[in-house]
Amino acid sequence: MTTTPTQYTRTAIALHWLIALLIFIAFPVGLYMVDLPLSPQKLKIISWHKWAGITVLALVLVRILWRATHRPPALPDSMSRIEKLAAQGAHHLLYLLMIAVPMAGWLMSSAKGFPVVWFGVLPLPDLIGKSESLAEFFEQAHEILAWLMALIVVVHAAAAVKHHFAARDGVLARMLPRLK
Amino acid sequence: MKILVTALAAAALALPAAAVEYGTLDPAKSSLAFTSKQMGVPVDGKFNKFKVALSFDPAAVQKASAGFELEIASIDTGSKEANDEVVGKDWFNAKQFPTAVFKSTSVKALGGNRFEVTGPLTIKGRTQNVTAPFTYKADGANGVFEGAFTIKRLQFGIGEGPWGDTSTVADDVQIKFRLVAAARK
Ligand code: HEM
Repeated sequence: MTTTPTQYTRTAIALHWLIALLIFIAFPVGLYMVDLPLSPQKLKIISWHKWAGITVLALVLVRILWRATHRPPALPDSMSRIEKLAAQGAHHLLYLLMIAVPMAGWLMSSAKGFPVVWFGVLPLPDLIGKSESLAEFFEQAHEILAWLMALIVVVHAAAAVKHHFAARDGVLARMLPRLK
Repeated sequence: MKILVTALAAAALALPAAAVEYGTLDPAKSSLAFTSKQMGVPVDGKFNKFKVALSFDPAAVQKASAGFELEIASIDTGSKEANDEVVGKDWFNAKQFPTAVFKSTSVKALGGNRFEVTGPLTIKGRTQNVTAPFTYKADGANGVFEGAFTIKRLQFGIGEGPWGDTSTVADDVQIKFRLVAAARK
């Protein structure tokens, strides 16, 4: 006998908001830093950006494991089949992008010959050798995928707000218990 | 001819008694690289153009000498943006100081195939005495010299102004050299 839970676990909620916070920092910082002239400040900010992004990657792996072993609550029956599919599709795409965006960043760093040292302490292996053309490729991929992620995050958040104020079905409050 | 063959054979076995002197550098096989640390991240770079005057006889090390002259503008830091930056005033000021030079004052044997060279190193018009341990190995008719030493970039004024912040770019810079020189006939 399996029952579908009516709530997210505390761990799922914590992972969701921690990752969201890090993405909300990494994205604008990424946009800001690329146009800075070379300076110690720029090197610092790029490092912080990489640390935040690798942290997202690590947390997402934990999150996917958690998700695979802990069922999320079902979507309300008031949603149409299409709405449910769209919601699930967006969630899957977000999981993919939360891996693809930092991976593209890591691959770019390796290709540029600037290894990643997580928090300045833990050296990560270079995924690929130094290569100007691959660096160029992953830089583009990183930028495009990050924008795609931003777009889906906006849709995702808009849907959450609609659940709360239009449908009033308590879906947002499941991830944001304080709203109850 | 007979003497030369004997000398080469002896050099190949790296016998300390080999009376062979190395001189002409093979630029294609030689390299001059450095590693700096940015935010704890090791970043490799190299100099593409350098001249070396070398005289080394493993049997008479105390007479050995080495002189270096490298072209600052031939630096490759691994990124174009950084290459443009480091030739500027705050870094190497390559316009005013186009070369860095080293001249050995003494070479010492440390035992086995290990040696040590000491002498003044001048970069950006500033001179510091440096000591570099190195190894010597005979490879056919060539001598292979490999070593590494660490300099403090700020002692040479490399990276001044805002770049003086060593929490971003560390003061220590490791220099690695590999010189392949042919035996002098
Ligand atoms: C969730 C994670 C991440 C997000 C949302 C993100 C987002 C961004 C964005 C929006 C940019 C600006 C792109 C542009 O306008 O060109 C950027 C640039 C950059 N990111 Fe990320 N990033 C993430 C993770 C990472 C990771 C893990 C690394 C490396 C380990 C990384 C390395 C970089 C680098 C080096 C740049 C500058 C590229 C350049 O030189 O133009 N990022 N990132």
